[in-house]
Amino acid sequence: MSAPPPPSAGAFPSPPGGFAPAPPPSTRRNQELLLLAGAAGITTVSLFIVEASQEQSITTDIAKYGVAFLALFGIAHLAVRRFAPFADPLLLPIVALLNGLGLVLIHRLDLAEAQKAAYDATSVPSPDANQQIMWTGLGIVVFISLLIVLRDYRTLARYTYTLGLVGLVALAIPALLPSRFSEVNGAKIWIRLPGFSMQPGEFAKILLIIFFAGVLVAKRDLFTAAGKHFLGMEWPRPRDMGPILIVWIVCIGVLVLEKDLGTSLLIFGTVLVMIYIATERVGWLIIGGGLLALGFVFAYQLFGHVRVRVDTWLNPFDDYHNTGYQISQSMFGFATGGLAGTGLGSGRPQQVPFAKTDFIVTTIGEELGLIGLTAVLMLFLIFIVRGLRTALAVRDSFGKLLAAGLSFTIAIQIFVVVGGVTKLIPLTGLTTPFISYGGSSLLANYALLGLLIKISDAARAPAPTRKRPPAPIADAATEMVRRPESRASE
Amino acid sequence: MNTPLRRVAVAVMVMVVALLVNATYLQVVKADDLRSDPRNSRVLLDEYSRQRGQISAGGTVLAGSVATDDRYKYLREYPSDPSAYAPVTGFYSMQYGKTGLELAEDPLLSGNDSSLFGRRLIDMFSGRDPRGANVLTTLNPMMQQVAYEQMTSKGYTGAVVAIEPSTGKILTMVSTPSYDPNELSGHDGAAGRAAWERLSTDPSQPMLNRAVSQTYPPGSTFKTIVTAAALSNGVAGPNDQFTAAPNITLPGTSTTLENYNGSTCGDQATASLYEAFRRSCNTAFVELGVKVGAAKLKDEAAAFGIGVEDPPGVPIPVAESTVGPIPDNAALGQSSIGQRDVSMTPLNVAVIAATIANGGTRMQPYLVDQTQAPDLSELSKTKPVSIGQAVSPQVASTLTDLMVASEANTAGGGRSPYQIASKTGTAEHGSNPRNTPPHAWYMAFAPAQNPKIAIAVIVENGGDRALAATGGSVAAPIARSVLDAGLAGG
Repeated sequence: MSAPPPPSAGAFPSPPGGFAPAPPPSTRRNQELLLLAGAAGITTVSLFIVEASQEQSITTDIAKYGVAFLALFGIAHLAVRRFAPFADPLLLPIVALLNGLGLVLIHRLDLAEAQKAAYDATSVPSPDANQQIMWTGLGIVVFISLLIVLRDYRTLARYTYTLGLVGLVALAIPALLPSRFSEVNGAKIWIRLPGFSMQPGEFAKILLIIFFAGVLVAKRDLFTAAGKHFLGMEWPRPRDMGPILIVWIVCIGVLVLEKDLGTSLLIFGTVLVMIYIATERVGWLIIGGGLLALGFVFAYQLFGHVRVRVDTWLNPFDDYHNTGYQISQSMFGFATGGLAGTGLGSGRPQQVPFAKTDFIVTTIGEELGLIGLTAVLMLFLIFIVRGLRTALAVRDSFGKLLAAGLSFTIAIQIFVVVGGVTKLIPLTGLTTPFISYGGSSLLANYALLGLLIKISDAARAPAPTRKRPPAPIADAATEMVRRPESRASE
Repeated sequence: MNTPLRRVAVAVMVMVVALLVNATYLQVVKADDLRSDPRNSRVLLDEYSRQRGQISAGGTVLAGSVATDDRYKYLREYPSDPSAYAPVTGFYSMQYGKTGLELAEDPLLSGNDSSLFGRRLIDMFSGRDPRGANVLTTLNPMMQQVAYEQMTSKGYTGAVVAIEPSTGKILTMVSTPSYDPNELSGHDGAAGRAAWERLSTDPSQPMLNRAVSQTYPPGSTFKTIVTAAALSNGVAGPNDQFTAAPNITLPGTSTTLENYNGSTCGDQATASLYEAFRRSCNTAFVELGVKVGAAKLKDEAAAFGIGVEDPPGVPIPVAESTVGPIPDNAALGQSSIGQRDVSMTPLNVAVIAATIANGGTRMQPYLVDQTQAPDLSELSKTKPVSIGQAVSPQVASTLTDLMVASEANTAGGGRSPYQIASKTGTAEHGSNPRNTPPHAWYMAFAPAQNPKIAIAVIVENGGDRALAATGGSVAAPIARSVLDAGLAGG
């Protein structure tokens, strides 16, 4: 933990006339507004391009989606101004741009579907972009609620075990439900009820990160307890490895019962990095990496679906018409896009199955090319690095671990998704945060954004000025013990 | 905790760099391979936005592409008499692929052929849309139209194939009933599907190319092969005598086989080969065939192209003609009159006529005369290829005399301004041959002493004459009309 900032000792004599009143601390909210306007501009222009190249005429959809986008992020911006005035000014605009780009791509794929339906003379499916706007709206409601309700994110540490338990249960529900309520396209990661369906794993991810941040702050000793010096570094004692073994078992369980390679990788990787940050010990990474490798060897040997995934990854064209179809189509899409892409609305991303969800990155690669894909990855990189910077800057361990966990989980998710669809690693069924179509994913990631903004607000807020340097403990008068006040009431 | 946080940030950057390196490999290095993969449906879809080359016959455009204002840019059209040319052009459909020359010459027509590479490159730099090459067929439009009209006006099911004996050029290729390929090439998916459903379930099989894809028992037209084998091997000469009995018992069986209408072969006890050929006497040919022997008969058949590899000169796949197994003399007797397991394509029957007309030299039949680059410069011109001497010129000359005599004995013969050499056939088929209308055959060439055109006609199931049908009464008039059209024009 970083040492508390040195007291601003009054060693200097006051200048004549005293100090000028300190300027109000910069909140950078206007910068955020400007960037948001930029995101809105890019989104609207993109919608124009899509419509122009698809329909050769402009429909009212542009006005509809454009106005909805402006209204939603305008409100979000106002909420940040009011409830997290010192928050990092880049986080919200990046999310707005990613979400806007997702909306454009989903609208573009809607048009392709409508065209196909017209060609086949079947009924036109209801546009998913409308749904996505609705989910974005709900996501922003969740985001603003978090800003308002969660006056201090540290209160979350009090509910560590409750949240952890809820997270585990959420993760486990699809595995326990009968397949007809939980299975979609072979992955048992859903809760499906009439008129309602969600992927609890998206939310479990965040709850488990909060849980681990809390546990690690409270029980760091357990993880840092001196162990044997071996191979040039300190190894934890076997008896201290309990917690990580439990997480490992849970993740293997998810992989086996829910056939969800992505989520288990995501959670295990995030927890591992959080332990590393908390303990500053590389030994944990090595142990975790070993467990991960062990888990996959074990899964590869025992479970058909893992073997199929790996074989498909190694030789995607061998079983072109079945297991290799998705990844082959995805690679064709990327290749067609090339360096500069076919242009928005001019490619054929609908050739790839699940183009709106798991394979939306392929759509980016095909229509915006390597250049567009690089831009999107850079946006994510900036988002993640700003999140890690928040972790660096924030003063309490819980905040540090929470911000680091939340940021790093996005990093893993991007790596797994983009690596999967570009055949760098085996394909897993994860969504691209903020871009992919899907309610659970959007809601969960807006909750993640809310937490991150809240922490960055705390990190960047000017430190409360101390009235006087604390008296040496021996001299201090006894005080009545009070509960820590929350900052908003100061 | 700040040191590990910084390291994690670096790790995230490394992850993003890895993704970008891999994406660069996929979108830049490997892109060309993937783009040209035939399984990449985007390639096919791109073809629809490219101007496909023309298929033409003697200045008549059989298939061309017209610009449209929908998103596929070009529509494939079959402007002139599409049903008459459908067996040759085939169709070009977005949903159902391609057939005929559209399939066989696809690389040229679509502009993907390597011989067009240089021009594609120039087009690319000059910003012109790449175009496909043109295919000029060997068809004679006058003959083609007459043949199609003759067949359809009487409602016949069957085929007409005419060949230029000296070169092997296919002058006519008609199959009836036919279909309109425009119905399958449109951009209206529902209409295309409806047409496909109708055509593919039609019991009359309008999309079957009877000229090359269907084999039939050749009946008496096969007697030319038996005679050729006998003459070539010195087994018999035109004046050698054979039985004139109205029926004959097949060797080693109690089954009898009789002449047409149960008549004797002329008014003598025996008949010469000349007489037997002229009158097409079955009994005499059973005797002759047994005398020739199975091995020599098979060799002679092979020399005329029966049962040998599909000649590559016709780019459309040709079904294999066959003599069938000949286990004993009874089978040999039946085979000698073109029944039992002998089965031939109309194209092969036309090749037999053309080979005799060409002094015994068999020319490889071909359908594509020339290919032209989009700027009409010549890409390739087919050179006639001889594939061997089936019979000596003397034997060919004798066969011609026999066929001239046969024509004189055929209903309607001898009225043309030029001399025709022909052989009719009335082939029984089906499980109850006596009560199934026979296939009516006619093969011929003209003028007999200076042959310009060889022709084969088959009318399935007796045409409009049912059980009373003969090759002479049903098929011959059609062939003579086509010969008239061809010889009058050239």
